[in-house]
Amino acid sequence: MIDPVLPGADSARTPPPAPVRLSYRDAVREALRAALRADPRVFLMGEDVGRYGGSYAVSKGLLEEFGPERIRDTPLSESAFVGAGIGAALGGLRPIVEIMTVNFSLLALDQIMNNAASYCHMSGGQLAVGLVIRLATGAGRQLAAQHSHSLEGWYAHIPGLRIVVPATIDDARFMLAAALACPDPVLLFEHAALYNAEGDLTPGLAAVDIDHAAVRRPGHDATVITYGGSLPKCLAAAASLAAGGIEVEVLDLRTLRPLDDAAIVASVRRTRRAVIVDEGWRSGSLAAEVTTRIVEQAFYDLEAPVERVCTAEVPIPYAKHLEDAALPSPERIVDAVRRVVGGDGSG
Amino acid sequence: MNAPAAGPAGREHGLALLRGMLRIRAFEDRCYQLYGERKIRGFLHLYNGEEAVAVGAMRALDAGDAIVATYREHGHALARGVPMDRVMAELYGKQSGCSRGRGGSMHLFDVAKRFYGGNAIVAAGLPVAVGLALAQKLRREPAITACFFGDGAVAEGEFHESLNLAALWRLPVLFLCENNRYAMGTALDRTEAETDIAAKARGYRIDAAAVDGMDVFAVEAAVGRAAAAIRGGAGPALLELRTYRFRAHSMFDPQLYRDKSEVEAWQRKGPLITLTTRLKAEGLITEDDFRRLEAEASAEVDAAVAFAESAPWEPVADLARFVYAERSA
Ligand SMILES: Cc1ncc(C[n+]2csc(CCOP(=O)(O)OP(=O)(O)O)c2C)c(N)n1
Ligand SMILES: [Mg+2]
Repeated sequence: MIDPVLPGADSARTPPPAPVRLSYRDAVREALRAALRADPRVFLMGEDVGRYGGSYAVSKGLLEEFGPERIRDTPLSESAFVGAGIGAALGGLRPIVEIMTVNFSLLALDQIMNNAASYCHMSGGQLAVGLVIRLATGAGRQLAAQHSHSLEGWYAHIPGLRIVVPATIDDARFMLAAALACPDPVLLFEHAALYNAEGDLTPGLAAVDIDHAAVRRPGHDATVITYGGSLPKCLAAAASLAAGGIEVEVLDLRTLRPLDDAAIVASVRRTRRAVIVDEGWRSGSLAAEVTTRIVEQAFYDLEAPVERVCTAEVPIPYAKHLEDAALPSPERIVDAVRRVVGGDGSG
Repeated sequence: MNAPAAGPAGREHGLALLRGMLRIRAFEDRCYQLYGERKIRGFLHLYNGEEAVAVGAMRALDAGDAIVATYREHGHALARGVPMDRVMAELYGKQSGCSRGRGGSMHLFDVAKRFYGGNAIVAAGLPVAVGLALAQKLRREPAITACFFGDGAVAEGEFHESLNLAALWRLPVLFLCENNRYAMGTALDRTEAETDIAAKARGYRIDAAAVDGMDVFAVEAAVGRAAAAIRGGAGPALLELRTYRFRAHSMFDPQLYRDKSEVEAWQRKGPLITLTTRLKAEGLITEDDFRRLEAEASAEVDAAVAFAESAPWEPVADLARFVYAERSA
């Protein structure tokens, strides 16, 4: 229905395609629909993906279109259905397993780490687990300690997994296909606060990669490195800094494992200053890893210590004022940028 | 379900149960309204329709028994005696809340009442209940642990592991499965090959029965019998309490998975109507009694809201408190 117009269409007669505006949720749904249409081996399974329509309404309508064999509701048995996804992948299917939220992925952690991430290596390369796991992630909706985790950085610790984090409408629409084309287990994290975000699909775009970071806003005074649900906060911070004459470059990592070192280092070499924004807890965070890589590879290019804006090290509290205080915010990002650019921040 | 018929032991008994259920209903209805007013945020799971389970069960348990509940636990907290104003303040995220605003609707705690909370991970309470019961057994306490969970939890490994452990070690734990027929949008027969939950428990050599969870007397009697047996050293038991949730799963549920007519049919045999009709028919209460209790419940909710409205916020400076236990020197 909103499949993008492919490049090379008859451009002499037709005007350039108008951008299609849609929500992040709709973009993910279109990605699922396109994947299900493109390959009969693809199926979706998870809790309430079918009759309920998906707990974030992402899969709404898919059961009616593709039927219960390919849109499979599962019992509340995370370990079993993730493990079954692994087995189905080994058996020649292309499963997309939805774990309702990353919080519940902890019940399937054994399957994800000990099986999905390990089979290829421990079988001496005989097995490949071509499985995509989609998970909602993140805090910010007053869901308290058991429903607000940001564990994508934590999963990025595990060799054998690929961790991808769509932050834009284009990535929400096209990263899934790239993940399905990958022979390895890919965990695809959708920040729950992004589902309602709307944006334009880039006209003519038909595919994206899951290998490279992307500059979302060019700048020269500092690099703000982020991913997922923190990207809009960083762009808001960048806009307000620009009003004060500070131009930051915003780098969207897109893939947390493997990290795109080259893009990180290239940007930091240009700007000589870095702020990492990561909704994970600070200690042992993805932000710590990115910081280390900058220090290892661009230490002599730095004009200031690297700053991190992470989540306070506390299980996320329910009360709004406490939750807000715990999470990265545009204000905290602005403050961190001002610190790295020095002095009063006037450049 | 071949339990002896249970009924009111007199006017006071009937009034007490009715009062308990009306308090919960009034509280939940106000929560629904307050969510619309954005006073309550996050996930909110209401207990309308299931009041007979919490009220009947709590009445049959002792004050020293430990309770473990789920994220749909306002009713359990209130029936257990957690003060309503502290519960409401928690839903407001205030410092005076029973979890100091850290937990919200899904994480009500009150250790003084031995209420070990609101757990928002399905089935995660069961192993904890097993551990509480292990402590009770090893410490030779007369208390038992009652663990509430939904029908959806039965599919989780933790359900099976916990039942086995409790049976193997003959622990004083009472598993109370609130079978409201749905886990979010998924009906039990779409997730279980064997839908007889009591039969599953028997597979672990656990004494189990199904109970009409819409009948508060049946619940009270069944829990009372099971608790007495457990206290007597019989080992764990499970009761499947058959009930129905009148409202949506949470505030974000369009209820595509069930018909209005199904909900209405259950509402007609709802626990409050059933109880009130019976108490009146047996001449134990009058319509005036009912109105008075309803007014009292509504006044208590008003007072709880007023308390929550004026309660202080936790200072932001205390954000990182309680990540670790605060030990007095
Ligand atoms: C381990 C886990 N998986 C999924 C969820 C999401 N979820 C929350 S409530 C719920 C339904 C649980 O149903 P049931 O146990 O029957 O309890 P009810 O809501 O009917 O009281 C689900 C799937 C969760 N909280 N925890
Ligand atoms: Mg249920």
